[in-house]
Amino acid sequence: MKTIQVLGTGCPKCQKLAANVNEAVKAIALDCQVEKVQDIRQIAAFGVMMTPALAVDGHVIVTGRVPSVDELKQILGDAGR
Amino acid sequence: MSGLDWKREWKPLALMVGAFLLAFYLPVGLSRFDRAVLEAFALVKWYAREHVILCLIPAFFIAGGIGVFVSQASVMKYLGPNAPKALAYGVASVSGSVLAVCSCTVLPLFAGIYRMGAGLGPASAFLYSGPAINVLAIILTARILGLEIGIARAVGAVAFSIVIGLLMHLFFRGEEQEKARVAAALPEPPVKRPLYQNALFFASMVTILIFANWGKPAQASGFWSAVYSVKWVITAVSAVGLGAILVRWFGMRWWKLALAAIPVAVAALVLPRQPIVAFAAGAIALSIATSTDGGDSGEWFGSTWGFAKQILPLLLLGVLVSGALLGRPGEEGLIPSSWVQRAVGGNSLGANFFASIAGAFMYFATLTEVPILQGLIGSGMGKGPALALLLAGPALSLPSMLVLRTLIGMKKTVVFVSLVVVMATITGMIFGALFG
Repeated sequence: MKTIQVLGTGCPKCQKLAANVNEAVKAIALDCQVEKVQDIRQIAAFGVMMTPALAVDGHVIVTGRVPSVDELKQILGDAGR
Repeated sequence: MSGLDWKREWKPLALMVGAFLLAFYLPVGLSRFDRAVLEAFALVKWYAREHVILCLIPAFFIAGGIGVFVSQASVMKYLGPNAPKALAYGVASVSGSVLAVCSCTVLPLFAGIYRMGAGLGPASAFLYSGPAINVLAIILTARILGLEIGIARAVGAVAFSIVIGLLMHLFFRGEEQEKARVAAALPEPPVKRPLYQNALFFASMVTILIFANWGKPAQASGFWSAVYSVKWVITAVSAVGLGAILVRWFGMRWWKLALAAIPVAVAALVLPRQPIVAFAAGAIALSIATSTDGGDSGEWFGSTWGFAKQILPLLLLGVLVSGALLGRPGEEGLIPSSWVQRAVGGNSLGANFFASIAGAFMYFATLTEVPILQGLIGSGMGKGPALALLLAGPALSLPSMLVLRTLIGMKKTVVFVSLVVVMATITGMIFGALFG
C-alpha cells in the first residue's frame, strides 16, 4: 500500500493540498494511506524547500504549488502503477 | 445512567458563564468604550472606501501573478550550495518578494537554504527580508503610511538583511554545518513565456496601481499636479495594455475581453465623476473573464482569489482591533494617546528600542501591521520608532522564534533576534532624524 505524504506547516495552501489529495484518491479509488507531515525538520529531511509539497513513499513529486484535483488524479494514478 | 456528564458539560457551562459576565460588565455607556467601538467601525469604513477597490484589489492580482508566473526554480538556483556567495546574499535579500508571497513557506525555505543550499548567511538574510519585503505589505504601507515609510521599509529590509546575513555567517563561521546529503527537491519550472512578456504583464498592473492611486497634490501646478490631472487616462491606457497582453500572450479569447470592456466603458461614460465605479466594474469583469478561463489566466485568478480569501479576514480583524485600541488618526481609542506618546513618541533611543523589541515579539498576521501602525502613529508614535516596528515586527514573533530555535539552536536564534532588534533600532533613529 502506498503512502502519500502531504508536506506543509498548516497554512491554507497546505490544507487545500491535503483536501485535493483526499478527493483525488477517493475518485480513483487508490489503495493508499494519506499522511500530513507538518514538522519543519521532517519536511526539510525530504529535501523540500517550498511548501506545500507532495511525496509518494518518500519520493517528492510536487513542490511549491497546489495541483488541481484533476491533475492529482493523473499524477497519483501514474504513481500508483 | 441518569444525571449530567459534567466532565463534558463544564465546557458549555464555562462558556455561558463567561459570556454572561462579559455582557453584564460590558462598559457600554463609558464614553471611552463607546468611542472606541465607534472608532473601530469608522476605521473599517474608511479602509473600505479609500483602499480596498483602488489599492488592495490590484495588489492581490499582482501578488497572485507573482505566485503563479514567476519561475521560482530559476530564483532558487542562486540560493543553492554551489551559487557564488556574493550573488546568494543579494538574491536572498530580495527574493522574498518572489518566493515568500505565501508567508508560511518562509521557515521551510530558510531550513532548506541553511541545510541544503547556500548556508546560514544567505538563509538568515532571506529569513529577515522575506516577510518584510512582502509585495502586498509594501504596497499597503506606502499607500496608507506614506511613500517615505514604504520605501524606507523596503530599502531597510533589503539592506539590513544582507548585513544580518553576513554577520550571522561571520559569527558562526567556525561551525560550518555539514550539508545535508539530501538533494534539494526544486519546484518544476512552469514558465513557457519569455521574460519580457511577464515583465510587461506585471508592469501594466503596477502602472494601474500607481496611477489609480496617484494622490492629489497640495499645489495645483508642477509635475505632480500635471500627472494627477491625467491619472485616469494613464490608468485606462494601462488597462487596455493589460487586456492586449492577456489576449496575445496569455491565451485569453478576445471576445471575452471585449465583453468585459463593455461595463467598464459604460460606467466611465455614465459616471465620469466617480472613476471608482468604472474601476470596480473593471475588477469584476477581469475576475469573471479570468476565472472562467481554463489556462494561465484561470490559474492566475485562482492564486489571486486564494490571497484575497486568506488575507482580507485578517486585515478586517486588524483594522477593527486597531480602531478599537487606538482610534483613527487624530482620535483616541481605548488606549490614551498620552501612553503611546510616552512610550514611543519622539525619536529617542529608548522609543526606537522599545518599538523594536515589542515588534520582534509581537505576532503580526500578514498586513495587519499596517492598520496597527497607522493607529500608533495617529496616537503620537514617532516616525523613527514606527519604522523600527515595521522592520522588526513582521519578520519575527515569539512563536516563530521558538520554531527557529528548533532549527538552529538557542545561541544562533538569540544572536539573530538581537541583530534584528539592533538594526531596526538604528535604522529607526536615522529615519526619524531625517524625516521625523
